[in-house]
Amino acid sequence: MKIFRKLIPGWGIIPVIIFLMLWELIARVNLISGHFFFPPFSMVVAEFYYLTANGVLGKNFLSSFLRVLIGFSFGSIAGLLIGILMGWKSLIDKALNPIISLIYPIPALGWLPLLMLWLGIGEILPIAIIFICSFFPILYNTSTGIKMVDKNYIRVAKSLGASDREILTSIVIPLALPNIFTGLKLESGMAWRVIIAAEMVAIPTGIGALMMKAESLMRIDIIIVCLIVLAAMCFIFERFFLFLETRFTARWS
Amino acid sequence: MPAIKLNNISKYVCKNINLEIFNKEFLVLLGPNGAGKSTLLNVIAGLIDYKGSVFFENKCIDKLPASKRKIGYLFQDLYLFPHLDVFSNIAYGLKIERKKPNEIKYRVEELLRMLRIENLTHRYPKELSGGEKQRVALARALALTPEVLLLDEPLSSLDLQSSKYLRRELKQLQRILGITTIYVTHNLTEAEEMADRIAIIEKGAIEQVGKVEEIFFFPENEKVSEFIGAPNILDCNSFRILGKGIAEVDCGGLSIIVPDEGNRIRKIAMLPRDIYIAELKPPGPDVNRFKGIVTDINVSDEVIRLKVKAEGNDLLAELPYHIFKRMNLGIGEEVFLILKLRNIKCL
Repeated sequence: MKIFRKLIPGWGIIPVIIFLMLWELIARVNLISGHFFFPPFSMVVAEFYYLTANGVLGKNFLSSFLRVLIGFSFGSIAGLLIGILMGWKSLIDKALNPIISLIYPIPALGWLPLLMLWLGIGEILPIAIIFICSFFPILYNTSTGIKMVDKNYIRVAKSLGASDREILTSIVIPLALPNIFTGLKLESGMAWRVIIAAEMVAIPTGIGALMMKAESLMRIDIIIVCLIVLAAMCFIFERFFLFLETRFTARWS
Repeated sequence: MPAIKLNNISKYVCKNINLEIFNKEFLVLLGPNGAGKSTLLNVIAGLIDYKGSVFFENKCIDKLPASKRKIGYLFQDLYLFPHLDVFSNIAYGLKIERKKPNEIKYRVEELLRMLRIENLTHRYPKELSGGEKQRVALARALALTPEVLLLDEPLSSLDLQSSKYLRRELKQLQRILGITTIYVTHNLTEAEEMADRIAIIEKGAIEQVGKVEEIFFFPENEKVSEFIGAPNILDCNSFRILGKGIAEVDCGGLSIIVPDEGNRIRKIAMLPRDIYIAELKPPGPDVNRFKGIVTDINVSDEVIRLKVKAEGNDLLAELPYHIFKRMNLGIGEEVFLILKLRNIKCL
């Protein structure tokens, strides 16, 4: 319950309720011609219930969720590890920085045609896209965070007898946490945005694919259900990392 | 036998420095900013590489890493680890040494008690005042029971009152623990109050090493007297014992009351900062108060030195810059000089 309260601050819900009421009203009084293009909120809720009950939404959501979870986990772990190494060892930074600086600006979806040919259309493809989407920004934020730690803390730890490894784990990484969490927060939401786009273009299952099918059937209510699910997942993922950040750094940062 | 010996140390601004620090001594390394004071501490701590040799108890420790030198180091900006609470900050070195948890708890609690900060155990550095941070950093530096304590301008960020209080406490603590201490500062008052001996360092060279009085009253060269302010030395024509530990001397027409140490007084010496300046005649008895005319004003970074002619004697007085600004003094103006009785040195 405490976690829930932290995830959704009480007052923030009021503008959302007003927005939904206006939406329902505008659709019901037919300000925009026909329910067809602009279904009322209640119809979207009914469709959400129907899609959940028949398992279509659950199945597609699970596909997207697992892809995001696996891709993001691997991408962020790899980004963290290499980011720490680059931030800590200037030799590794010098060796990898030019390559990463070249690849980093490429948008994750820009890799899609190449990966479709290299990996084929299958489960690995969206995971690889999410991996790329998470890896570079998290690596960049982590290495910047590590480099930004005041060298005097390292001097103090050294004078107290700490080895390089002990300084890294007990001083440098904890002090870089605010930067690391900034990367994780941004990219956890971004991973959802990217997976939907990838599923729309190249993958036959998942929330993005469901949206494309709904588009071909002109089912605007289903598209809106999918968009709401997407918005909710971006929000929950970002809030989850915000919660962790607050938990680990709020007392001292 | 010196506890620490520096042989021809060269690093950055420091050139061929030789210095001996005795066992259990409180040595103050005094000099202006950029003189090489902190560099010398870093050399002793083994935090930077250097040319020359450092000896502890006659053993060369050049090859010893910082972690093995048994040194407690209190840095200028303290650098308490912001993500650790007070207990964990103090316990950091002990944990690194893999001490048992109950040993760590015992030692940390002992230090918390010694520095009277038991109430801060679970606070984080950002929740502490300047003075509290100072104590925590000192406890952290002492946790591993070091043989040498290095203090790099540890009180520079504190207000005057807290700094004065902590100075006294620090000196007391050093005496109780009997730990060889090197204290870096550019503040003359700090040096005078705390030092067993002072080493004056300027532009990377040790200019003079000696006891407080030697340094203040017998500066060996121009650089030292320039930095600490050359003392006023007056010849005494006659002296008369007044009893109760005081005597009256006549110095070139100035009748001055001085402390009587039972010896014949031939000269008296006063530091420029021990002569007060007032624009109006100060209240109280007419003792050690003289009228004079400002003949020269010398402006430096932090203090103003005024040359004042009183009864034909040239006296050098020192004023903090902010007070001088408020007084708005100029050459040729009349001022009153007040000599601090207890700070007059009879030679």
